Parts: sequence; structure tokens; C-alpha cells
Amino acid sequence: MFERLIPKFWNERFTDTGPFRRLFNYRRIWRLAVLLTACVAIVPLFMLAILDLNVTRRSAETEINLRVSKLVSNTDRTLTFFLEERRYALDFIVRSHAYAELADRRHLAGILKSLKEAMGGFTDLGLIRASGEQVVYVGPYDLEGKNYRGEDWFQETLERGHFISDVFLGFREAPHLVIAIKHRHPDGSFYVFRATLDTERFNQVLSQMERSGDGDMFLVNRHGVLQTPSRYHGGVLQKLALAVPEYAETTRVYEIDTGRGDPLVVGASYIKGTPFILMLVTRKNELMRPVHRTQLLLIGFIAVSTTLILVVIIGVATRLVNVVYIADQQRVRTLREAQQSSRLASIGRLAAGVAHEINNPLAIIGEKAGLLKDILSIDSNYPRHAKLVGLVDSITASVDRCGAITERLLGFARHLEFKVEPVNLAEIVHEVLGFLHREASYRSIAVEVDVPEDLPQFVSDHGKLQQILLNLVNNAFAAMNDGGNLQIRARLETDQTIVLTVKDDGCGISEGDMERIFEPFFTTKKDKGGTGLGLSITYGLVQEIGGTIRVDSEVGRGATFTITLPTQGGGRKD
Amino acid sequence: MRVLLVDDETEFVSTLAERLSMRNIDADWVGSGEEALKRMADHVYDLAVLDVKMPHIGGIELMRRMRARRPEMKFIFMTGHGSEQDFQAGASEAGAEYYLAKPVHIEDLMRKMTEVLGAGASRP
Repeated sequence: MFERLIPKFWNERFTDTGPFRRLFNYRRIWRLAVLLTACVAIVPLFMLAILDLNVTRRSAETEINLRVSKLVSNTDRTLTFFLEERRYALDFIVRSHAYAELADRRHLAGILKSLKEAMGGFTDLGLIRASGEQVVYVGPYDLEGKNYRGEDWFQETLERGHFISDVFLGFREAPHLVIAIKHRHPDGSFYVFRATLDTERFNQVLSQMERSGDGDMFLVNRHGVLQTPSRYHGGVLQKLALAVPEYAETTRVYEIDTGRGDPLVVGASYIKGTPFILMLVTRKNELMRPVHRTQLLLIGFIAVSTTLILVVIIGVATRLVNVVYIADQQRVRTLREAQQSSRLASIGRLAAGVAHEINNPLAIIGEKAGLLKDILSIDSNYPRHAKLVGLVDSITASVDRCGAITERLLGFARHLEFKVEPVNLAEIVHEVLGFLHREASYRSIAVEVDVPEDLPQFVSDHGKLQQILLNLVNNAFAAMNDGGNLQIRARLETDQTIVLTVKDDGCGISEGDMERIFEPFFTTKKDKGGTGLGLSITYGLVQEIGGTIRVDSEVGRGATFTITLPTQGGGRKD
Repeated sequence: MRVLLVDDETEFVSTLAERLSMRNIDADWVGSGEEALKRMADHVYDLAVLDVKMPHIGGIELMRRMRARRPEMKFIFMTGHGSEQDFQAGASEAGAEYYLAKPVHIEDLMRKMTEVLGAGASRP
């Protein structure tokens, strides 16, 4: 399956391309083409994608920071307002009531009731003298008479005028915080008015705040102790695992690397006038999810386009290199054929020259031998007469043999007038097979003829065509074993060419011989009396009628001679 | 019948002449076209056997000149150019119909000579 996908040129190793061999490295051409085009096409795509991913990520981060910052600021304001509202409420109470009124337990209980109903969140109220002693207390506990003089919060209230405490667990294990204000009488003496607030209301405020995804909003004090419950970072009064944010005037947004590839985005704000730090902790991946989805889409798109581009590039490069490869092969083949035909032409000229030069001395030998025989025939009394006549006959026979060879050699190189007439190829094939019919049936060789009768008549040389076919069939017979199979086939290839093939299943031709098979005197049948001229003459004849001859063969599997003939009488004009 | 053999290969032509003489044919030989024309001045020949390819005056040219002097003369050509076909074109153009390929068989030559002279004799 995969082998079919490997283009033909991939395993090509040219051995005979001569100079410029570098140009024939198709793999290299292919690799270069694919690499360059892929680079040019894909690199800008990747650059754009990376750029876009960065820009989107950065803008998304900016947006997230802004959103977190805004949310934290808003919540900060709400909480500040919540606490200040209660502080001002207490302030208003102390300013609008005389000390005696506040010191009246029943009256104070009335105030607590009003506060609970009007504002909510108040658990108890207490009035503390400058000495630290709580003189009046209304609420669920029995705290009257308790002295707070030594407590830090009391001292701080005295110093700053008001105080908001950390959250602590009350007796009922419910988180509370204390708000205290110091009220100064006109005579310089003062007292402290304190209230305990249920942080439940706090939690409500925090949970009412919009929280995107699984954001976690809570308060911590400056020691990192949680003041309100958190979703993921512990309950009230537990120590927060995260570091306490550094103090800043305004809301800060920063990232914490958890080391698990899932950083946290933290928005933090110090709530003024309180020990509280408001924190919003969100998993960054959660916030970035829409962005990640878009990025994933982009990466998917890039992957698909890159695959598509690569497929197209590889396809186009393969096709182009294959075309070049085929053209090159054609060129090399044509070059080889041209070399062969020019070599044959010069061999032909040489052979003609040699034959001609040899003919004259051959004629002299012949005549001298003839004369010798003439003399011998007049005077037959010469001793050993018969022996001499035998010798002379032998000389004459050899001269005749040489004469036949030179004649055929000259035939190979001869340039003849082209005798053109309309010929019918089917007729010629039948004529030729008529000559060889006896040999074929004697050796039980099956001759299969596939020459359509309706093949158009074309203008050529009847006699030469006959001789060509005769030579080829003779040649095939010589190569075949008894009982072999011979195919003669003709087809109209184009309007201008007819292709005639003679295919045998004989011994075949080795690759080394294939190059030289049309050379004169090249023979593999020397011991069987071959002269090596048959195919060279055939070659010459095919050239003369303007055709081409080609041989394909494999040792042991027979040979196929293919002759391409022009239908328009393309004789060689010399 | 007097025959003149012309060929620049004197060794060949002299032997051929000798063999013809042994067959009772009155055969002379010369080694070039010039000599042939010179000899025609004082000898009468019925037939000339010419080599096609000779220096200076080739066989065909020589035939033209000899025929100009003696129109009834017959000609046979010999050629070292291989087969009959090879020579056919040039020779038939010049009006010669008889040719022999070298090396020449004496029997073939004798037969051709009889044909040529017979054809001549049968002419009115």
C-alpha cells in the first residue's frame, strides 16, 4: 500500500548521466521544493498565530485584572459603608443621648432593640467607663461589671477614638466583632460605647457580591487569619494558607504561582479603619477559559490548514518532480538512442569503406585462383592434380564467402533510393510467414498474428518491409526453442505512425548485448553460423524507410522488437 | 568477337583477360580510361567490360565517350560496390543494363557476354 505512494523517482539512482549529475538528484530537488514552499507558506501562518495568541492572552489578562480590581473595590466600598454605617449609628446614639439615658439598662435595651430592627447585625451593647469597667450591658451574656482596662482594644479605642476588632468566636461559637467608640464629655471626662456585631451580615454581603466562576471572596486580618468563611481556603479563624498581601493604598491585583500550573489571581484591598483585608482569589485557568477555548479553536484551525498546505505542497512537488523525472528519462533515452544510431552510422561507413577496399584484392585472388584452375583443367597430367583442383576450389569458395560478406556489409550502409508505393502491412506479414511456414510447423512454433486487416494502407517500401520482417522472424526463430510462441502485432498508434512488434519467448538478450545488438558482426550465434549482419541490416533498412527500431528483452524471457513506421513515406533523403 | 577490359586494378584485369583468352575470346586489357580511348583509335572492339570506379575517367563516363565513337559497341560493368541494386541507379541512367559484382565469376561474365552480343545480334 505504502509502496504505491512512493513516487518513481524516489529510489532512482542515475549512473550514466555524466556531468551535471547533481541536477539529477530528484530527492534533493523534492526536499528543497517541499521545504522552501512549506517554510514560506507555514512560517507566516505560525507567526501570525503566535502573535494573535499573545495579544489575546495579554488583553484577556488585562481585562481580568480590571474586572477583579473593580469587584474588590466595590466590595471594599460596600463593607466600609456597612461598618461605618454602624459606627455612625453608635456615634449618633452617644451624641443624641445623655450619659444617664445610656446608663439606664431599660433604655439601652430599647436602643438595642431599635438597632436590631432598623439595621440588624447587633448582638449586644455595653457602656464602659474610663476606668475600664463595663457599667451597663444589654445582650445575651452576663458581662456587666467586667473590666476591660487591660485589653488592647480598650487602649486603642482610647487612643484613636474608635475601634473595630478582629473577628472572634463568642460564647455561642458564633463569629463576632466589636465596634467601640469613645465619647468625650464637655468637661473632658469620657466613656466608651461598644457594640458586638454578628458577622453573619458580613458574610451575606460578601456572598451577595458577584463572583465569576469559582472565585472566593473573604476577609482576613493582618496576621492572615480568616475573618469570614471561604469556599476553598478554610473556615473562620483558620489561618490562610496564602501569604498576606502587602499593604497598599488602593486595590492590588496580582498572581500567585501555585507550582501546579494553575496560578491564582488575587485581588486584595485593605479596608480603611479596620484590621480587615478583603481578598478575592480566583483560579486563573477558570477566568481564562473562554480565551483558552478561542485559542484552542485557533490552534485547531492552524493544525488543519498546516496539514492541508503540507498535503498540497507535497502533492504538487511530487507531481512536478515526477514530470521532470519522466522528461529526464525520456531525454536520457533519446540521447542514448541518438548515440547508438550515430555510432551505428559511423560503423556503417567504416564497414562500407572496408568492404569496398577488400573487394578489389578479393577479386584478384578470385581471378588468380580461377586462372590456376583453368590451367589445371588444360593440363590434367600434373601429379597430384586432384589435390590442386581441390585447393583452388577451396580458395574460390572462400572468396565467394568473403564476397557475400562484403556485399551484405555494403547493404547495411547503403543509401538507396526509396521505392515508395502503398503497402498493406497485413499482406506483407502473410507473405513473410509464407516463407517460414514450414520451419514453424516443423519446429512446432506457434505463430500468433494480430495485424488488423483494416489497418490503413500506407506509403512505404514493400521489399524492405518484407526483408525487415523476415530478418526479425528469422532472428526470433533462432532464439527460440522448439514449441515456442511468437507474436506479431501491429497497431495504428497515431495518424502518422504504425507500431509493429515481433515478440518471442526465446532466450532473450543480456543487457550488455542489448547495446550492441544492431552493430554489424555482433553475433551470439557464431558457433551456429551467424554472421552478425542480420539485425544490422534490419536496422539500416528500418532507417531507410524512416522508421525506428527498438528492442526490449530480459534474459530467459524472450525479446520484443518494436518498429515504429511512418505512414507518410518518410524515406531518408540523402 | 573482340573484347576490351578496362580496370585500374591491372593485376585483376590482366588475369581476367588471360582467362577469357583461354576460352577462345579475343580479349585485350588496359589500366585506365585514357589508354582505352587511345587503343580504340587503332582497334575495333565489339564489347567493353568496364570497372565503374576508376581514377580520372570513370566507367560510365568512359562508356559515353566510347559509344560516341562507336555507337554499336556493347558494355558490361563490373562494380566493387556490392550488389546489383547498388549500381543499378547510376548505370541504368547512363544506358547500361548489364553489370556484375566483384569478385566476378568467369562463368557469369561469359554468360552475360553471350547475352549482350546475342541481344545485339538479334537487333535489326
